[in-house]
Amino acid sequence: MSDTVLSPGDAPPGRLAVRKTYKLYIGGAFPRSESGRSYVVTDHKGGFLANAALASRKDARDAVVAARKAFAGWSAATAYNRGQVLYRVAELLEGRRAQFTAEVRAAEGLGARQAEAVVDAAIDRWVWYAGWADKIAQVRGASNPVAGPFFNFSLPEPTGVVAVIAPEASSLLGFVSVVAPAVVTGNTVVVLASERYPLPAVSLTEVLATSDVPGGVINVLTGRTAEVAPWLASHMDVNAIDLTGAPDSLADDLAVAAAENLKRVLRPAVEDGAAEDWTQPPGLKRMLAYLETKTVWHPTGT
Amino acid sequence: MGKFEYAPAPESRSIVSLRESYGLFINGEFASSADGRAFKTISPATEEVLAEVAEAGPVDVDRAVAAARRAYERTWSVLPAKERGKYLFRIARIIQERSRELAVLESLDNGKPIRESRDVDIPLVAAHFFYHAGWADKLEYAGYGPAPRPLGVAGQVIPWNFPLLMLAWKIAPALACGNTVVLKPAETTPLTALTFAEICQQADLPPGVVNILTGAGDTGKALVTHPGIDKVAFTGSTEVGKEIARECAPTRKKVTLELGGKAANIVFEDAPVDQAVEGIVNGIFFNQGHVCCAGSRLLVQESVYEQVLASLQRRLATLRLGDPLDKNTDVGAINSAAQLARIRELSEVGEAEGAQRWSPPCELPVKGFWFPPTVFTGVSQAHRIAREEIFGPVLSVLTFRTPAEAVEKANNTPYGLSAGVWSDKGSRILWMASRLRAGVVWANTFNKFDPSSPFGGYKESGYGREGGRHGLEAYLDV
Repeated sequence: MSDTVLSPGDAPPGRLAVRKTYKLYIGGAFPRSESGRSYVVTDHKGGFLANAALASRKDARDAVVAARKAFAGWSAATAYNRGQVLYRVAELLEGRRAQFTAEVRAAEGLGARQAEAVVDAAIDRWVWYAGWADKIAQVRGASNPVAGPFFNFSLPEPTGVVAVIAPEASSLLGFVSVVAPAVVTGNTVVVLASERYPLPAVSLTEVLATSDVPGGVINVLTGRTAEVAPWLASHMDVNAIDLTGAPDSLADDLAVAAAENLKRVLRPAVEDGAAEDWTQPPGLKRMLAYLETKTVWHPTGT
Repeated sequence: MGKFEYAPAPESRSIVSLRESYGLFINGEFASSADGRAFKTISPATEEVLAEVAEAGPVDVDRAVAAARRAYERTWSVLPAKERGKYLFRIARIIQERSRELAVLESLDNGKPIRESRDVDIPLVAAHFFYHAGWADKLEYAGYGPAPRPLGVAGQVIPWNFPLLMLAWKIAPALACGNTVVLKPAETTPLTALTFAEICQQADLPPGVVNILTGAGDTGKALVTHPGIDKVAFTGSTEVGKEIARECAPTRKKVTLELGGKAANIVFEDAPVDQAVEGIVNGIFFNQGHVCCAGSRLLVQESVYEQVLASLQRRLATLRLGDPLDKNTDVGAINSAAQLARIRELSEVGEAEGAQRWSPPCELPVKGFWFPPTVFTGVSQAHRIAREEIFGPVLSVLTFRTPAEAVEKANNTPYGLSAGVWSDKGSRILWMASRLRAGVVWANTFNKFDPSSPFGGYKESGYGREGGRHGLEAYLDV
């Protein structure tokens, strides 16, 4: 039964559906967990949906290596180019609306209309952030009138590798809402997908792989938040961490671990596990959380 | 050619009237600490005791935070923004009026040359208050939404290298944004902060808006961990910064940290050598190298290494070390015995690890804490003197061949506060500037500061910016 839920359109009677293997997405490739482990993902009624990869510490570290490797190229890409790449993700997602609607329905148990609205909002969110790529520096940068013969300007630059604990309750829209603001400005990310509803995020990696997002810019892990998140929080080559999807019981410890190399930490705006409303306009906060300000001085004169 | 002879040209101390003892500044009044504890502050140039200063304990921290909270709720947050701004303008003017006194006091307590406190520190202090005063009633135009709110009470801990300037960096934006503050100056340099407290009284600043607690690390810890504050701002070592980040992690306090650095100052073969050498000297020997953004790693392109080094050594031989109050002094005293010990230790490690040590002929005064300008050559990236922040007048010289190698070496550090580039080629400067992972890049200049120019680090040099429109964010609920 669950197979029909996951396959858009009706399977002809008597035909056995070909199921998909849900794997990790690291460095543009789709490996299984190096640990060889998987875990059962069920639909909202408890029915079997799939075995998702159960990522390990090693997978998390591999993903950070891939993200670091991709950072130089992605952060040096022109803002125009990054904007087009994000827009391309929206284009491809639009072409697979039916599939994602089915996946979100199966995972979150939403009605057809609601699920469609969620997918549409997720597509529109990519478009919204795509447009920011070549504007954020104008909004966030400055020419500074220093008291002396100098030209002085400030520009935003990406922080580096961002670890993201994606929200637990919103498997697609929430996921897109935390990933797009990090990558649009040139950061690369390692995202831990919703532990309970990981499948829409894994399917999204197929979209990412066939759009023009360079391998390693977005790396997606599935598994146990409590197991993997601490390794990301304490990783010395991760520059920032988004704790949105971390349960309160874990978030404090992750924030403490993140202090070891002074990661920039984004704590959820809503406390005590209350669900954030991802349909609201996002504002700049998530982009600004992973931007550094660089100020350059140069003398003026003849 | 022989060295110029200089007659002594000391700035008069008479403009400063030191009190024998200073209390804590809480709720607009000076008071001794609850447990009566006090410590002495000395002149690092002579080891002369300047004054006794109260040491704030937990009870005093409680009182100061309560006073700041009261002032926040009853006075400061309900005052029209333009009036808030006018208080800051008033403070800026009084600082200008008392600038010579503040400069002398700063040099006495800190050991820095009067030329720097008079021409750099104090003018910038006034400029910071003047700049931020104007923001107070214009915050809705700063790009943080239509009505950005203050955070509440800020707990601020500052270092000893630029005592009054760091106070200005902390207090001016905090007050402009509508917060009240409890500030702890460094234990070796409390005097200008206490004079600033008097300035607040002269300005009729409402009681409790600014509170100054003197003390050492324990006082700072009690302040930043106090549950009654909403915001922590710290400037100091990366080690302490990490401890603060850990302690504040489970709380909802907003934290900004301005920490250590190990800046690369990169000289290309086409750089104007004389100008670059001035920049190198300013980069590492300004303020005895007690500068978090000091250019402590000199990266010279191999083809001009010998020329630059010879020129640098010739220039260093002309630096005058001695009495901080002498107007001809270039290099003053090391701020404390503890800091001197650290500089000595790391310099010895530099020699032990195989680097070559050089200092110009330089007579050190008998009393006080002194260290000659020192240059290490033959330094590798693995040497501790190339990796650790020395926070003293010690320069490590390395070489590079290509721009890519310069970037690689410059970024090869957990720090990311500042960097310098010297070249005549514009495209190369911009290329370098975009690749250096540092919050401030000085191109064909170094160690320049301005209240309108955001300052702060990448990576383990901390987070948040001070100065400019960007610096307001640290004190607004956004």
